Amino acid sequence: MTLQAVAPKGLPRRFEPPGVLAFLLYVAALAVLVAAIDSVEASLDGFIRGLPGIANMLAQMFPPDLSRLPQILRALIETFAMALVGTALGLILSLPLAILATRRFSPHPLVYHASRALIAFFRTVPDLIWALFFVIAVGLGPFAGTLALAIDTIGFCGRFFAEAMEEADHGPQEALTALGASRLGVVFSAVVPACVPSFINTALFTLEKTTRASVVLGLVGAGGIGIELKVAMDLFNYDQAATIIVCIFLLVVAVERLSSLLRQQVIAGG
Amino acid sequence: MTSLALREHEAAATAVAAVAVESAAVAAEPGPRDISVRRLAKNFGERRILDRIGFDVLRGQAVALIGANGAGKSTLLRCCLRLIEPDEGSITLLGEKAETLNRRALRRLRARVGFVFQRHNLVPRLSALTNVVHGAQARASGPAYWFHSVAPRRVREEALHCLAQVGLADFAAQRVDTLSGGQSQRVAIARALMQRPALVLADEPVASLDPSAGEEVMQLFVDLLKREKLTFLYTSHNLRHATHYADRVLGLREGRLVIDAPAAQADSVALRAIYDR
Ligand SMILES: Nc1ncnc2c1ncn2[C@@H]1O[C@H](COP(=O)(O)OP(=O)(O)O)[C@@H](O)[C@H]1O
Ligand SMILES: [Mg+2]
Repeated sequence: MTLQAVAPKGLPRRFEPPGVLAFLLYVAALAVLVAAIDSVEASLDGFIRGLPGIANMLAQMFPPDLSRLPQILRALIETFAMALVGTALGLILSLPLAILATRRFSPHPLVYHASRALIAFFRTVPDLIWALFFVIAVGLGPFAGTLALAIDTIGFCGRFFAEAMEEADHGPQEALTALGASRLGVVFSAVVPACVPSFINTALFTLEKTTRASVVLGLVGAGGIGIELKVAMDLFNYDQAATIIVCIFLLVVAVERLSSLLRQQVIAGG
Repeated sequence: MTSLALREHEAAATAVAAVAVESAAVAAEPGPRDISVRRLAKNFGERRILDRIGFDVLRGQAVALIGANGAGKSTLLRCCLRLIEPDEGSITLLGEKAETLNRRALRRLRARVGFVFQRHNLVPRLSALTNVVHGAQARASGPAYWFHSVAPRRVREEALHCLAQVGLADFAAQRVDTLSGGQSQRVAIARALMQRPALVLADEPVASLDPSAGEEVMQLFVDLLKREKLTFLYTSHNLRHATHYADRVLGLREGRLVIDAPAAQADSVALRAIYDR
């Protein structure tokens, strides 16, 4: 057999021309993008005119003003407390909801679909909107933010906990079923223990996420350092704003570092 | 096919027929039956996996169910506890008609039947003692039986006693995912003992172990059950395990029961014939 016989067509073309439908889709996508650029009023001109303003602001940020550092640190601690309590509260509520949201362990298909819908709803509504809602419900302050973060956590953990439980090895579950254990017994004896590493991983990731989220909740009066930043900006105290931004940065980095350290512990522990 | 092979095949077929005749005698034997299966059938999609299976297991008997891979052994055992729902036929276990039971009654029946799987199916990350304590969920439910640390004292002591019976008392606190295959399977046996079962089913309990560990675990398992005079139905693809440890041998071939004979009379030609394709 000759070489030509094996590859009669030689090299393939570098680019295959798209089909008619694909071509039309590309054109449509491009049109949507152009329309979107138009509607955000993007203009190179505006950006260039804004540059001196940005430079001016950056210049005023240095040196950062440390005079309000004690208040800022207090607000920072409040922010982290919101994240921590919101995550913890959310985690406690996620587990039962996640169990109801698994096909295998839900008591009824209706409960399964309702739980999944609730979790999806919690996840898809942005946390800032939850914060606005809770500010109205429980008043201004960190409690509103904490509740918003708890809801956010349920939306996130509910989904991943449920997925982890669905994917857990079926063997131990079958063994518990075979010896007459109740559904709850199977879940807590065979499924949850096997999922612990995955749960911890998700929980740590959630804490990182809520820490970042907790920073901005202050903008709508739901507690935390966000309000400090907004006031500093509104009063053109850019040097104070710089201090706040650096503090936020350090908090977020510290939480991420801590979380990845703990995560390694979990992996090492199996 | 050579004429020699053909002759051997014929001989095997005759032997199978002879053994099948003997099965009538076994069925007629007097005494209480712990397992009665009648016209059991199961399809997966279009495929018939079990085809009108019928047999009895007398109280206190040890019965081996042999068959090639895919013959339907695991499916048959699972159907007994309705871990897989049979399509047709009836199964009576310990005097209960399994197919008529509601959820709760089915749980009560399962509680009285120990089941040891080919893969030990222990819960990883938990201690040997906790895995054995789980066996107590056969008679009681609630968080107290989820972890040994919160279990009542008498339950923990009983679990330790079960572990001691399989020679693993010293490993009570050890995580099961750090145990060897043989040790894991022994913990699974201890978990079944913890149920205080009246009947034990086992699906190739030593197939995943190396031969010497397999021999050791099988011997221990059978000795424990004999001592308690427990009825035992197990599957195996090891012919020696079947004839050596069982009182009776059932042979499954392509979903049909083709052998039902006292172990002493089941000759190896007939047994080997069920592996022919
Ligand atoms: N859940 C299932 N769905 C479809 N087919 C299955 C399922 N379980 C087992 N089977 C098929 O049924 C046949 C018998 O399986 P099994 O009872 O596990 O055999 P054995 O234990 O004798 O090796 C095999 O061909 C297998 O592929
Ligand atoms: Mg099998």
